[in-house]
Amino acid sequence: MPYKIVADNCTGCSACEPECPNKAIYETPDGLFAIDPNKCTECIGFYDEPQCVAVCPIEDTCVIDTRYPRYQAV
Amino acid sequence: MPTANLSSHTVRLDELMQKIAKHKGCSSSGKTGCGSKAGSGDLPPEIWEKVKNHPCYSEEAHHHYARMHVAVAPACNMQCNYCNRKYDCANESRPGVVSERLTPEQAVKKVLAVASAIPQMTVLGIAGPGDPLANPDKTFKTFELVAKAAPDIKLCLSTNGLALPDYVDTIQKFNIDHVTITINMIDPEVGAEIYPWIFYRHKRYRGKEASKILSERQLEGLEMLTERGILCKVNSVMIPGINDQHLVEVNRAVKARGAFLHNIMPLISAPEHGTVFGLRGQRGPTAQELKALQDKCEGEMNMMRHCRQCRADAVGLLGEDRSQEFTLEKLRTQEVKYDLATRRAYQELVEQERKAKAQAKQQELQALAGTRSELKILVAVATKGGGRINEHFGHAKEFQIYEVSATGAKFIGHRRVDLYCQGGFGEEDALSTILQALGDCHAVLVAKIGGCPKAELKAAGIDPVDQYAGQFIEQSAIAYFKEYLAKVERGEIEHRARGDAQIRQGGLLAGVA
Repeated sequence: MPYKIVADNCTGCSACEPECPNKAIYETPDGLFAIDPNKCTECIGFYDEPQCVAVCPIEDTCVIDTRYPRYQAV
Repeated sequence: MPTANLSSHTVRLDELMQKIAKHKGCSSSGKTGCGSKAGSGDLPPEIWEKVKNHPCYSEEAHHHYARMHVAVAPACNMQCNYCNRKYDCANESRPGVVSERLTPEQAVKKVLAVASAIPQMTVLGIAGPGDPLANPDKTFKTFELVAKAAPDIKLCLSTNGLALPDYVDTIQKFNIDHVTITINMIDPEVGAEIYPWIFYRHKRYRGKEASKILSERQLEGLEMLTERGILCKVNSVMIPGINDQHLVEVNRAVKARGAFLHNIMPLISAPEHGTVFGLRGQRGPTAQELKALQDKCEGEMNMMRHCRQCRADAVGLLGEDRSQEFTLEKLRTQEVKYDLATRRAYQELVEQERKAKAQAKQQELQALAGTRSELKILVAVATKGGGRINEHFGHAKEFQIYEVSATGAKFIGHRRVDLYCQGGFGEEDALSTILQALGDCHAVLVAKIGGCPKAELKAAGIDPVDQYAGQFIEQSAIAYFKEYLAKVERGEIEHRARGDAQIRQGGLLAGVA
């Protein structure tokens, strides 16, 4: 399952954007950040922990998006 | 005669400011920072050259020169218990807080607009609202563009130090010759109480492990910078019960690694800021606790006592914030022409004024020579800049505090009194706020004061003094002290120790016209 950013919590600080190894994080028109579910690999194959979760200053802001199936490494 | 020259300089400064204000369509009224550590003091000439016009590195300079921060660096790479990144309020003034983020291009436009409207603005800093080195592209792009457009402006940055060793070469390449590192501990046990986590090399570390890495990186970065001749200031937040006594060790450690200046600041922890410390009820130090720690460290190295813990987008002299005059909205419609000639002309006048001030102080000191007394008193001063007593008691947003003794007048801090986003003091009237903020002072020197506050100050044991209106602060403080001593010796007054004072937390009104 990919990660998503809870817009209500996001401060738009941009810390996550450059850390994403998949370039899945983008800035939204209102200055917050969002994750493209088609690009997110949960950082599997890159790092031990999802980078957006590890760097985000607000708890429970980068969370698993349960609407999607788990990411399968190819 | 010096006096005649002084007043003519003052007039010319005012005229020039009016001209500038008219020309730029911008208010010239500005409130200032404060006091004084005598000019070059005991600094080597090459260091003095670097700090003399930098308000954050020279107490003396901060009466005359202004700084600005541009908020181009929103991301951070760690969490501090005194910081809450969710909180932002235009009326709030403290590090980590900012009203609008800028791109490097917008930042340069703002720098040029401010530099033209405030010719004494000599320093551009990047201090967040996150960590500049967690946003290296935006930070260095901004420095590059500013260096090109306004080469006379000094560049500096303020960092938590975690990423510092990776960027020391870049910092040097961009001619950034002032770097501030916030170092609150050198012991991971202490650090674990302050930093819940860091993000380092793609991993989140917690607890003591996090603080161990952080401390090593900070000290390594500091050493690398000072080896390269880059001037370093160390900021430390004094958190009573957590690192207050430990900061003496921090002071020794950073001095040993070549830090130039140590700035111990009081913790800001109002509960409504929503920080971990604020919510937990962790208190900040009192004025006398802070001073005692600063005094203890002073034997070891230069202490900064004039820090106003400003916002990451502050503009103006320390102690004022004119950022609201330079919002993106206002900049959008403004044509900016960078006027280097006017800036230079203004700064030359400032230099003359500084020389006159130093002379006046020397004369007063000579008159004090030979006085033998262990007596020390604190006097509060109302000023709006230029190192003069030139503010009305009732208009003062802050008071500058000087310790005066037979050896002279020394700036030891400032007390803010104009708060409105404040924690828990809202119901008090303005005067009792001031009385609490000046609880350790024997006198308050002002340009003017009404009869009512005069009587209340006297009743509280603070002598209200308006006889030095318009004169230089240090000269006047010394003159007042001489008179005080004489009165004590003649038995006209009895010298009594004063109590403690409260350090108030909250936003500066300045800028919100």
